[in-house]
Amino acid sequence: MTSTFVGMPAFPEAARTALGDSQLRANLAHATSTIRAKRARVVGEVDDWEQLRLAGAAVKDDVLLHLDEHLVRLEEALTANGAVVHWARDAEEACAVVAEVARSHGVDEVVKVKSMATAEIELNEHLEALGIAAWETDLAELIVQLGEDLPSHILVPAIHRNRAEIRQIFTDRMAAAGRPAPDDLTDEPARLAEAARLHLREKFLRAKVGVSGANFAVADSGTLVVVESEGNGRMCLTLPEVLVSVVGIEKVLPTWSDLEVFLQLLPRSSTGERMNPYTSTWAGVQPGDGPQEVHVVLLDNGRTRALADEVGRQALRCIRCSACLNVCPVYERTGGHSYGSVYPGPIGAILNPLLRGVGTDEQTDSLPYASSLCGACYEVCPVRIDIPSVLVDLRAQVVDAPRGGIPKPEAVALQAAAAAFSSAARMSLAEKVSGFAGRLLGWQLGRRGRTSLRRIPGPGAGWTDARDAPLPAAESFRSWWKRTGGRDA
Amino acid sequence: MVTCLNDALFPDAAKAVVRLLHRLGVDVEFPEGQTCCGQPMVNTGYVEEAVPVVRNFVDAFAGYDAVVTPSGSCAGCVRHQHAIVGRRSGDVALQERIAETSPRVYELSEFLVDVLGVEDVGASFPHTVTYHPTCHSLRLLGVGDRPTRLLSQVRGLRLRELPQASECCGFGGTFAVKNADTSVAMGSDKARHVRESGAEVLVAGDSSCLMHIGGLLGRQRSGVRVMHLAEVLAST
Repeated sequence: MTSTFVGMPAFPEAARTALGDSQLRANLAHATSTIRAKRARVVGEVDDWEQLRLAGAAVKDDVLLHLDEHLVRLEEALTANGAVVHWARDAEEACAVVAEVARSHGVDEVVKVKSMATAEIELNEHLEALGIAAWETDLAELIVQLGEDLPSHILVPAIHRNRAEIRQIFTDRMAAAGRPAPDDLTDEPARLAEAARLHLREKFLRAKVGVSGANFAVADSGTLVVVESEGNGRMCLTLPEVLVSVVGIEKVLPTWSDLEVFLQLLPRSSTGERMNPYTSTWAGVQPGDGPQEVHVVLLDNGRTRALADEVGRQALRCIRCSACLNVCPVYERTGGHSYGSVYPGPIGAILNPLLRGVGTDEQTDSLPYASSLCGACYEVCPVRIDIPSVLVDLRAQVVDAPRGGIPKPEAVALQAAAAAFSSAARMSLAEKVSGFAGRLLGWQLGRRGRTSLRRIPGPGAGWTDARDAPLPAAESFRSWWKRTGGRDA
Repeated sequence: MVTCLNDALFPDAAKAVVRLLHRLGVDVEFPEGQTCCGQPMVNTGYVEEAVPVVRNFVDAFAGYDAVVTPSGSCAGCVRHQHAIVGRRSGDVALQERIAETSPRVYELSEFLVDVLGVEDVGASFPHTVTYHPTCHSLRLLGVGDRPTRLLSQVRGLRLRELPQASECCGFGGTFAVKNADTSVAMGSDKARHVRESGAEVLVAGDSSCLMHIGGLLGRQRSGVRVMHLAEVLAST
């Protein structure tokens, strides 16, 4: 199961804390607006972008419809290529496989390619408990790891940090993890990158075991694919003697030629580049070239639960590009930590509840409500995941889960509203009461020269803490129509 | 379809629709059985509770050539969510009636431009205005530039560009109270962009978004008024 960051409160509370951090909001606004503009530019230059999106969605839907067959073909092809395939039902089983591979080679450290699946199963923490250090080699993951921090973005997990903070983390923490940062380190990007490169180089050259995920797993050829920008992935995938890759079962693609679609969709949606700098592919073991022992862990961890959800299963099309995070006005203001998971933002708001199931904990149940349903995420999703519709469906699941128990005040309010809205006569009566209140309040406020409400008691206070509220109209449209027939409009 | 919000809180916007459509020679009726489209329930997860509301909707609006509403959000709910409510009900007859009614529901600017084929509605409004494209009209219905095409034909109206116009204002229905802090943070940025536009009046096609942005502009004593698109187009 994907776990919630330890001690994480429900979204509204976590968001409130994040909203108070003006440095965080400035960092995020700057970073997301930059990457949004880059994406828009490179997507705009592709004439058949909509056709590509449709193709991407269609391939993934076919994969999900025939997942069992594709996975068996993948296993056969990988095995024929000399890889060892493991099946993991959950995080515990997957972590145990990786730990056993490391133990069988007697190592106390592994180097890692940036991987969402291994973050999801908390592999680093699991290995650490067994005395095995898992070194992150992606620059942003390194920043998060050295800072003993949590990731806040799928693609750029240290998006909440600025250069000055990164310099401080390197200066304070690198020495304990290996080669120290230079004494005269500045916050120039080139100097920071150089410090990271020197620090990591030792680890690349020393490590016996590499750990990765995979962006795609091609069933017909038995090939895994990693798409990256920094070259650290290429190092981890080629230098160690042993390679273990943890791959979500939804990552399978039927054929090699399907990559054509996704290698166009992913970089443009993700980093806003036409093509990513490094695309590594490997098909099992190649004698004398690269790792000579290759393991692949096929991970379920809630994916079959998501697959069983008729509306929500489209979330398994996700290729982890982060375009939805970068356009989300909620994410931009609250940051990734508020979502309490390695999968933040709009995709996290649906994926976490789908993987974990709803109705068991308040944090998970708060995620489908962490959206204004503005639809910007759906517009940019390269595989057309209708995130707003999935959010609305999950909200219904959250509401339906405890039906029959003691109703929440919200349920009472909405049930009362629904009763009023089920008949015009009842609604008309409610309006007459509110209209009377409106006339009374209007008369009182009018004596003070005001036309709106500054404070509503009770649950309405959430509105008026920062916003004026309108007065109920003294005469509803309905009463006016009855009186005039619409003639003096 | 005046919407429950306009009916109870903003009747002037609904009256403006009647005035505008009368001026354009449309025979307007207000089916008095109407209440709400059901969106507050559906979007909060109370789909079961929305079933009788949607049933009431199809009863009220059966048999009309076109159902016009001054709300992109309510039109979006009818066209995209009533079918969900119908499925939940398990009532095949209701599903059929939803399938008949839903496609005939138009947001105001769609009805004016696509059905009536007018862009110059003969309005006059000598003020500086900026237009906020509401999310559901823009992304759920795809009204595109219809509202600004209508506004650009209004006599005396000076249209100012709204910075980051397509970003959500943060209203989001019950989101505005369930996640009030985030909603206000989004709305404050929208209100800042409205002030930066230099407009006297903020115009949009949804009273709900205007209530939120207007509530913030009012609290900030910005002096910027909010008006529904229908009110501007009905002005002479």
